[in-house]
Amino acid sequence: MTDPSKAKLQVMWNRLLALVEEQGQTLIRAAFSPIVRECGDISAGVFDLQGRMLAQAVTGTPGHINTMAEAVQHLRARFAVQDMAPGDIYLTNDPWLASGHLNDFLLMMPVFVQDRVVGYTACTSHLVDLGGQGMGPEGSDVFDEGLCIPPCKLVEGGRVNALLLDIVKANSREPIANEGDIYALIACCEAGARGVVDLMQSFGLSDLTLLSDYIIDTSRRGTLEALTDIPNGVYENTLIADGYDDTLTLKATLTVEETRLCVDFDGTSGPSHKGINVPLNYAAAYTVFALRCIIGPDIPNNAGSLEPFVVTGPTDCILNAQRPAPVAMRHTLGQMTPDLVFGCLHQAVPDRVPAEGASSMFDLPMRHTADATLSGGTEFAIELVHNGGTGARPTLDGLSATAYPSGVFGSQVEMTEAAAPVTIWRRELRTDSGGAGRFRGGLGQRIEMTSAIDEPFLVFLSVERIRNPALGRAGGQPGAPGRIRVSGRADDIPGKCELRVAPGERLIFYTPGGGGFGDPTTRDPAAICSDVASGLVSPDAARDIYGWQP
Amino acid sequence: MPTPQLRLATDVGGTFTDTVVSDLSGTVLASAKSLTTHANPALGALTGTQRALAKIDATLDQVSRFIHGTTLATNALLERRGARVATITTEGFRDILEIAYERRYSQYDINLTKPDLLVPRDRSFTVPERMSAAGEVRIPLDEGAVPALAQQITETRADAVAICLMHAYANPTHEHRLRDLLQTALPDLVVSISSEISPEAREFDRLCTTVANAYIQPLMAGYLAQFQASFSAEGLRCPILMMTAAGGMTTLDTAARFPIRLVESGPAGGAILAARVARELGLDQVLSFDMGGTTAKLCLIDNATPQTSRQFEIGRAARFVKGSGMPVRIPVIEMIEIGAGGGSIAAVDRLGRLTVGPQSAGSEPGPVAFGRGGLAPTVTDADVALGYIRPERFAEGQFQIDTDRARAAIARDIGTPLALTPDQSADGISGIVDESMASAGRAHAVESGKDLGTRTMIAFGGNGPLHACRVARSANVPQIVVPPNPGVGSAAGFLFAPVSFEIVRSKYTLLSKIDLIAINTLFAQMRDTATHVVRQGAPAGDILSTASAFMRYRGQGHEIEIPLPDRALHATDIAALTNTFEHAYAQQFSRPVPGMQIEVLNWALRMSTPEVGVQPLTTTPTPHDITAQSHAMIFCDVTSALINAAVIERSALAPGDQLSGPALVTEPQTTTFVGADFHLRVDAAANLILTRKDAS
Repeated sequence: MTDPSKAKLQVMWNRLLALVEEQGQTLIRAAFSPIVRECGDISAGVFDLQGRMLAQAVTGTPGHINTMAEAVQHLRARFAVQDMAPGDIYLTNDPWLASGHLNDFLLMMPVFVQDRVVGYTACTSHLVDLGGQGMGPEGSDVFDEGLCIPPCKLVEGGRVNALLLDIVKANSREPIANEGDIYALIACCEAGARGVVDLMQSFGLSDLTLLSDYIIDTSRRGTLEALTDIPNGVYENTLIADGYDDTLTLKATLTVEETRLCVDFDGTSGPSHKGINVPLNYAAAYTVFALRCIIGPDIPNNAGSLEPFVVTGPTDCILNAQRPAPVAMRHTLGQMTPDLVFGCLHQAVPDRVPAEGASSMFDLPMRHTADATLSGGTEFAIELVHNGGTGARPTLDGLSATAYPSGVFGSQVEMTEAAAPVTIWRRELRTDSGGAGRFRGGLGQRIEMTSAIDEPFLVFLSVERIRNPALGRAGGQPGAPGRIRVSGRADDIPGKCELRVAPGERLIFYTPGGGGFGDPTTRDPAAICSDVASGLVSPDAARDIYGWQP
Repeated sequence: MPTPQLRLATDVGGTFTDTVVSDLSGTVLASAKSLTTHANPALGALTGTQRALAKIDATLDQVSRFIHGTTLATNALLERRGARVATITTEGFRDILEIAYERRYSQYDINLTKPDLLVPRDRSFTVPERMSAAGEVRIPLDEGAVPALAQQITETRADAVAICLMHAYANPTHEHRLRDLLQTALPDLVVSISSEISPEAREFDRLCTTVANAYIQPLMAGYLAQFQASFSAEGLRCPILMMTAAGGMTTLDTAARFPIRLVESGPAGGAILAARVARELGLDQVLSFDMGGTTAKLCLIDNATPQTSRQFEIGRAARFVKGSGMPVRIPVIEMIEIGAGGGSIAAVDRLGRLTVGPQSAGSEPGPVAFGRGGLAPTVTDADVALGYIRPERFAEGQFQIDTDRARAAIARDIGTPLALTPDQSADGISGIVDESMASAGRAHAVESGKDLGTRTMIAFGGNGPLHACRVARSANVPQIVVPPNPGVGSAAGFLFAPVSFEIVRSKYTLLSKIDLIAINTLFAQMRDTATHVVRQGAPAGDILSTASAFMRYRGQGHEIEIPLPDRALHATDIAALTNTFEHAYAQQFSRPVPGMQIEVLNWALRMSTPEVGVQPLTTTPTPHDITAQSHAMIFCDVTSALINAAVIERSALAPGDQLSGPALVTEPQTTTFVGADFHLRVDAAANLILTRKDAS
C-alpha cells in the first residue's frame, strides 16, 4: 500500500493511545493492591522494535513516567531479540531497573507478527507484599526490604515459570494476592500485544516504523516548540525536607538550552540510613512529570516528548541512591521533587508555576498489633491515603485536600470504617492552613480517629512537611505545616516512625496546607470576604494578614 | 365511542420533542417531531401528541398508557437552574463535598478547577450524632441543636435541604427524625434524605446524589404537576408514567420525590428499543449505537438486557473526562457518552494533529453546510463532502445543504495545514471521529470484561445509521441493524419499558461470615418498599423481582454483580454463590483466585412488571436482489476512490430486498450509509440488516 496520510497516521496514533489505556484498565481492575486500586499505581505502554516508547497509559501516579521506558531498554540489552519466542514475557523488580522499590514488578513482552518481533508491550504494577520488613522506612538496606528478582523470563512460550512464582509466594505475607497480581500483569502484556497485532492488521501495516516515526517526530517537535517559551539559562533552587532524623537539603540546577532541559541534583544531601532513599529513575520520573505539567502538557508521553528532558545527580546524593541503600518509601521524597524543580522553573517563567504544596501524600498503613492478635483480637490491615493542600497557582487559589503530584484517591470514611475497626470522628478542612497570598494555598485537613474496639492499633508513618512547610512564591506565605498528635500526649509525633495507638486514645492528623502566591495584601477583597464567610480563613487572620476590614 | 386502545410516548429533548403512538402490542402507528418549547415544555409535547394522534384519526382519550421522558432534570442540573440547597451532615464532616476524593481529574492540568457541587461551604451545616458502620448508635441525635440549625438554614435563604448522616444507609432513624423536626420547624422547606435517595456506603457519592435530588426537586415537582394538568385538560384519562434512567417507568408521585432518577431517561429509551430489537431478532450480544448532533452513546446489551450501573456523572467537563462531573448513585442503564456528533468541530492542533470534537457547533450555528452561520468544519460537513448526505433529501428538505461551502471550510481548516485533498481531509475527519467512538466502545467492553468482535450493532439517532458501518469497521463489529424509525428511537423505546423500581442497599460482609437473618430482613424491607412503588403504577398483575449482590475478592476494587435466588437465602446457598462469583470472575479476568476471601458490599433488588411481549421473528423473507434507480458519486472509505453508490428511499424497500454496498438508504430523519464492504438486506420486520462481506 502507499504510505498512509497524516490523517490516517493520526487515527492509528489515537488507536494506540486508546489501546494503552485499555491495557491499563485491564491491570487496574484485576489488581489486589489497594494502592493500585485507589491510585492507579501502574503503567502500561507500547514500544517499537528499537525499544522506543510510543504510548503510555496516563495513570494515577507519575512515578512510572520514563522509568518503564528505561527498564525496557535494560531488558532489551540483556536479552537478545533473536532468542525471543512468541509467548515469552520478561520480568524484574530490581528498584534500579524497574520503578524505585521492590514492590513494583515490571513485565515486558515481545510482540510477534509472523514469527518476527515488531515491538514490545510492557507494564508495571505495585504488589502488596514481598516479605522483608514490609512497606515502611525501617529497613537498613534493600536486602531488609524483601525479595529482589533480577531480569529473567517469567513466561516461556506461554508457560509460566512455576518455580519463580513459588519463590515469590513463599517470600510474601500475601501470597495469593501476589499471584493474582502477577497474573494480572501477564494478562495486561498479552492484551497489549493482541492490540498491537490487531492495529497492524486493520491498517495493513507490516511494521511500526512509519507510525513510530510520525509519533516521535510530532511529539519531539511539539515539545521543542513549547521549550522556546522558556528563556535559556541556569536556574538553581534549594528545598529543605524533614528527612528521617536529620533535615535534608534537596538542591536542583535546571539548565535550559535550545533543545534540551537538564536537571542536576548536585548539592543534595547524602543518602539516609532509612528507606526514604530515591533511585534516580524514580526521582527523574517525578521531576520530568512536573516539568511536563508546565511545558507541553498536551503532548502524550513517548520517546519523542521525553527526549529533551535529562535528569542527573551525583552518586552520593539521596536522589540518586545507590545499591544497596534501602528505598521502600522512595515516594516520600520523590513526591517533593516537583516543588524542588518548580522553584527553578519559576525563575524562568514566573507566571506559569504554582507555589509549593503539601506534595508528599499522607499514606498511612495501619494494622492490628501482634500482641492483640495473639490474645484473640481482631486482625486487620488497611492503608489510608489523605492529602494536604496544593500550592496556589499564579492565577488561581490552590486546591484544598487534593493530591499533587500523585493522583491518589482519598479514602472514604464509611468504607474505612466498614473494613477496619477504627472510627473516624472528624475529617474537615483546617481553617487558616492555606498559605496566604494574592492567591491562597489549598487547605489541609484535620482527621481524628480512635480504635473502634477495646484494642490498640499500629500506624506506620512516613510523611513530610511536618517541620518544613510548603513555601509561597512571589510574596505568598507558607502553608501550615502538618502535625500528628495523640490526645493526652504532650509531644507531637514525628513524621516518620511506627506509632501504637491505645484504646481510648485519639489520633489526630493535620495534613499540610499549600503555599500562597503573590502578596496577600493584593488579594481580591471579595475573595477574602468569601473565605471568611465560609470559614476557610478566620476573621483574625483575615485582619492580620490580609488587612481585611469587616 | 371507541375504547381506549393506544400507547403514547413523548420524549422532550433539548431541541426536539419526539412523540410516538402504538397499539397495545407495541406496533408503531404514528410518530411526530415537534420543537421543544422551553418556557413550558408541555406545550411542545401537546403539539406533538396532537399531531401524531391526528395522523391516525385518534384522540387523547383513547390513550390507555402515557409515558413521558424529559431532559428537564438533566438540563436544570447542567444549567444550574435548581433550588438553593443547604446540607446537613454529621458533626466533624462539614467538608464532604469539598474534600470529595482528594483528586484531580486531569493529571497534567496545573490550572484545573474542580466541579461545582452546588452547595458552598457557608450553606454546609452539621449536627451532633453518630452511627457505626453496623448501624449502632454511637452518639444519639442532638435534637436540642435543631432549632438553631433551622434558624441558620432560614438565614441562608435555602429552599431545599439535603441531609446525609454518617452510615445512614445502615440505620436511617437519625435522618428520619431530623427531617421530621426540620419540617415541623420549617414547613415550606423541601428535604431530601440520603437513606431514601441513595442508601449506599461512600459518604461523598451519597451526599452528591442527595444534593442533586434536592436541587431539582422543587422545579420538577412543579413541572410534573403542570404537565399532568395540561394533558388532563386536553382529555387524557390515564395516569402519566415517567421514564427513569434505569429504563423503567414510575408514577408522577415517585418521580416528584426522586426526580434525580429522571436524569438521562431519553438515552435509556434508546437502549430499551435496542433491547427489544435484540429480543425480536434473537441477538444475545448487542452494542447499541446512538449518535446525534453533539454526542454519541454506546450501550452493551446481553441477552436483550441493557447493562446497568449504579453510578452516573452529571455535567462532565468539556472533554468528557471521568471524575470531572458530579457523581450520582442511582440505578441507570450504563451508557458511554462521547463528545462526538454531527456538529463536532474538526481542527488541526499546534502539533499538526487532526482533532475532532468535543467542541460542537450544535444546532446553532450548526455545520457549515447548513448555511446558518457555522464557519468551522464539522463531522456533518465531512459527510456532505464525501457525498454520504444527499442535499436533495436531507431532513425532508427543511435545510438547504451547501456542499461547496462545506468543502471549502474543510480545505481551508484541514486540507491546507496537512497538505491533503478535500476528500482525504473529509475522510480523515470521519476516520478520527469514528475511531474515537470505536475506541470508547472497546474500552467500555474491556472494563466490562467483554468483547465487541462477536456483537451486532443496533444503530439509531440522527447520525447513527450514517456512521454505523465506519464505526463497526473500526470496532471490528461484523453486523449492524438499523430498526424502523431510527430518528425517534428513544421515544419508541419508552413504549416498551416496564413499570419498575430498584433499590440498592449497602451492608458489608464477608461471604463466609454472612448473617443470613440480617440479609433476609434487609431484602424483605427492600421488597416492601419497591413493591409499594411499583403497585402505584401497576395496581394489578404480576410483579417480577430480581435480586443481586455486588461482590469482589477482598481487597480488590472492582465489584461483580451476582444474581441471587428469588427467595430467602439459606446457608446452603453460600457455596453456590461462591461458585457463581468465581465463575463470573474467571469470565472477566481469565482465571479465579482460589483461596481468596469474597466480600459483599451492596445488595440490590429490582421489582418490575413483565416486559411487553415481543414475538421473536421467525419468518425469513425470500431474498430479492434489487437495483437502484438512482445513483450518486461518493468517496469510498474503503478504497479511497470515487465510486458510484446506489441511492434508495427506505420507504421503497420491502422485506427480502437486498443489495451490495456502497449504497445510501434515505429516510426523513436520517440516512443509512452502507459501506462498500457491507451487504444490505431487509428482514421481515423492516429492519435494515448490514453484514460485513468478509464476515460470513
